[in-house]
Amino acid sequence: MTSPSPAPVAHRPGVDWLLFAAGGAMAAAVVRAIWFTPPERLQGYAQKIFYLHVPSAWVGFLAFALTALCGGFWLFLKDPRLDRFAESSAEVGVIFTTGVLVSGPLWGKPIWGAWWVWDARLTLTLFLWFLYLGYLVLRGVVPEREQRARYSAVVGILGALLIPFIHLSVYLFNTQHPMPVVANPSGIQMPPVMVKTFFLALGAFTLLYVALVRSRYALAVERDTLDDDLATDR
Amino acid sequence: MSGVRAAPGILAAAWVIARKDLAIEFRTRSAFLSALVLSLLSIVIFFFAWDPTAIGAADLAPGVLWVTFTFSGLLGMHRSFGVESHDGAMDALLTAPVPRQSIFLGKALANLIFVLGVQAVALPAVALFYNLPIGPALGALALLMLLASIGLVAVGTLFAGMTANTRLAELLLPVLAMPFFVPIVMPAAKTTALLLAGRPIGDAFAWLRILLAFDLVFAYVCMLVFPLTLDD
Repeated sequence: MTSPSPAPVAHRPGVDWLLFAAGGAMAAAVVRAIWFTPPERLQGYAQKIFYLHVPSAWVGFLAFALTALCGGFWLFLKDPRLDRFAESSAEVGVIFTTGVLVSGPLWGKPIWGAWWVWDARLTLTLFLWFLYLGYLVLRGVVPEREQRARYSAVVGILGALLIPFIHLSVYLFNTQHPMPVVANPSGIQMPPVMVKTFFLALGAFTLLYVALVRSRYALAVERDTLDDDLATDR
Repeated sequence: MSGVRAAPGILAAAWVIARKDLAIEFRTRSAFLSALVLSLLSIVIFFFAWDPTAIGAADLAPGVLWVTFTFSGLLGMHRSFGVESHDGAMDALLTAPVPRQSIFLGKALANLIFVLGVQAVALPAVALFYNLPIGPALGALALLMLLASIGLVAVGTLFAGMTANTRLAELLLPVLAMPFFVPIVMPAAKTTALLLAGRPIGDAFAWLRILLAFDLVFAYVCMLVFPLTLDD
């Protein structure tokens, strides 16, 4: 006797070429940063963390900005793809921000003499990390899809509004973090060879972000499809 | 005009809801007493966490005060939607012919009175236990507490409504709300320190400006997005 079972989801885990390419780009950036870029005159080899630290921060902020933006648009369009993207981007953003928070102290110890200082940008990054961890915890405890998307959009929007306030209040404290050397108003404050390595690393990290979000998005699609199948069976 | 009474306006409806919450609280007094005891306990316990000969009580008090206010406030706000979870009370509230915003305003108003009530007892307790002269700065401190509490309550009420029906509600509320309390607690504690040091409130102008801006932005936005956190 054959029972009517739902058609199995056609899924064969093939090679994720984008992830593969991102891995290659990352390896190239690391090799170039370590062997083909001269060490900085004053900071020595410790400065090499720069090529990991700043691109991670860039990707972290980009990920959170896109999460907040997708949440906001979701409220008007109610497109489940926007919510899935917000979810994927937030998760990948937390990973990269964790990278910033780990690489920062490793750089800070030899250069500033302290693992951590309560500087404006460090504090802001830390609270952003907390904010999005809370966002992911919230997503985890709301089982209903539409409700989860609504709640996430609300937290995303409020979080975007919160950032200037945290920035203002921690800025009234002290600032020790150096001014930007790349996005500096008076031009890039770095020799060209370092700039090239930096932009290679930036590109590699951004590619990795895209690849990870794409792969995480596919997971979200599968989960939602599975949920729908189970709902129709019932 | 028929015999049906017109639905109250947004503020009148908010006041009715706030009065209902306060009446429940006044008759049971369970949340208020727990929040009060929690505050007093933490004030006392904090004192033993520092060496009083190394750190003066006036340096310790602002931080203790605001950490205590934050936690006791969260306790009260968590409860404000908890009382609606039995017997479909929330559904009844949603079917009432009032704007959704007035539910938020009413809940927030009741929470504000709750939080200020706890603070009104906790502040003299800190003055007593830490031997601080708060008399001359009392007016400025009261203004500061009001400003800070508006922000705390706006964000706290919104998140309390959102987390009330989830698993882990009592854990999730602080996890979500605490990052939002940074731009409240930091200015409030800094201003308290200045006031306790006998400086005029004008010295804390930069901090108070952040607090006021936070109140305006978040009170408005939280009220605006509150209907999105309700389930029809």
